[in-house]
Amino acid sequence: MSVGHVLLGLLADGERHGYDLKRQYAVRFPAARPLAAAQIYATLERLLRDGFVVPATRQRVNGPDRTSYALTPPGRAELDRWLDDVEPPGLFVANPLAIKVTLALLVADADAASSYLNRQRAAHLQQMREHTRTKTTPGAPITRVLAADYALNHLDADLRWIDTALARVTALAEETQR
Amino acid sequence: MTTNPRPTPSPNAPPQDALLSARALVKSYEHAPALRGVSFSASRGEIVAITGPSGSGKSTLLLCLAGILIPDAGEVRFDGLRLDEASEAERSRLRRTSFGVLFQFGQLVPELSASENVALPLLLGGRPRRAAVAAAGTWLDRFGVSDLGERRPGEVSGGQAQRIAMARAMVTEPQVLFADEPTGALDTLAGEQVMTQLTRVAREAGTTVLLVTHEATIAAYADREVAVRDGMIDTDAFATSTVAR
Repeated sequence: MSVGHVLLGLLADGERHGYDLKRQYAVRFPAARPLAAAQIYATLERLLRDGFVVPATRQRVNGPDRTSYALTPPGRAELDRWLDDVEPPGLFVANPLAIKVTLALLVADADAASSYLNRQRAAHLQQMREHTRTKTTPGAPITRVLAADYALNHLDADLRWIDTALARVTALAEETQR
Repeated sequence: MTTNPRPTPSPNAPPQDALLSARALVKSYEHAPALRGVSFSASRGEIVAITGPSGSGKSTLLLCLAGILIPDAGEVRFDGLRLDEASEAERSRLRRTSFGVLFQFGQLVPELSASENVALPLLLGGRPRRAAVAAAGTWLDRFGVSDLGERRPGEVSGGQAQRIAMARAMVTEPQVLFADEPTGALDTLAGEQVMTQLTRVAREAGTTVLLVTHEATIAAYADREVAVRDGMIDTDAFATSTVAR
């Protein structure tokens, strides 16, 4: 994901200043890590340089001047191009769970690996209950529901892998026992 | 490398507040063991997911807890009564008055309207027709399908059929609802709607729900999970997945 394109998207419905963008980002993507103010201003500089945004109005509210930025026609074209682009599926998948199980098998034994997997499974399911509660709360906003769906599906993928890994570790233990 | 020791069933008696419990259940089909010493308990109003891969014994556990199957060994208790020792007549009375069941396919009677399907358990229990139909209307409304009362099962979608089936399972106001893969035949959004309504209505009514599923996304609607693997409860997962609500 490119922060620049996300900011272009947030500017699509009208001009905003940096702090406003930070706030909008938190509202639209409640499950995402918050954007740092420095990152937003640096990105706006770059968008300005590339001609995708222009300074619009400047206002002073109890403090420093705040410059609002507006989307330019090339900025809008760049946003549309990005929205239309397919994201490349990940080539390498960093899986800390698999790394831990591999090391548990190497330095300890199958018991340690399955004990860890069972506890990890419980922790995942607990987190899935939280997300399920969030999205089934009456009146939950679509932004939260979409974020919860995404998290649930990723946790579910992990959980399926954990179940398969448990079956493999158990089979391995039975194999070596013979 | 050492072998993974099989978890042993807990020798502890079920907790005092258990509404439904089982101890050391053993059940085989034609010498193929399905349950190999399972202990379980659920308290009043609790929603428990029973999970496990297919063939793990989770459906057999559900059928034993519902008094539909009699275990080869072990005890099943419901509200102080030994289900495994009760007569067929007694168990069938309980299934009519205290238990509700919901399966993957709603199993509605195709010749009857939605309203008649929901009223059926009350009619079979001797409730006058007018009262039974009125109660059916209330429960159809609770599941958001009151406008489908006159439709026949063939004239509604899979998700709507399952909501009618939930109304039928709840119309007798059971103490325990047994649900076996209730969303198994539905797409994601219809399944989500069924689970949201099922858990909301059960919590409002204080109904204990035993939910058999192989999907973690469905199990996540429950208060806790009991994982069945190879006919045994995975004590590790059992111990750590219990949450206070």
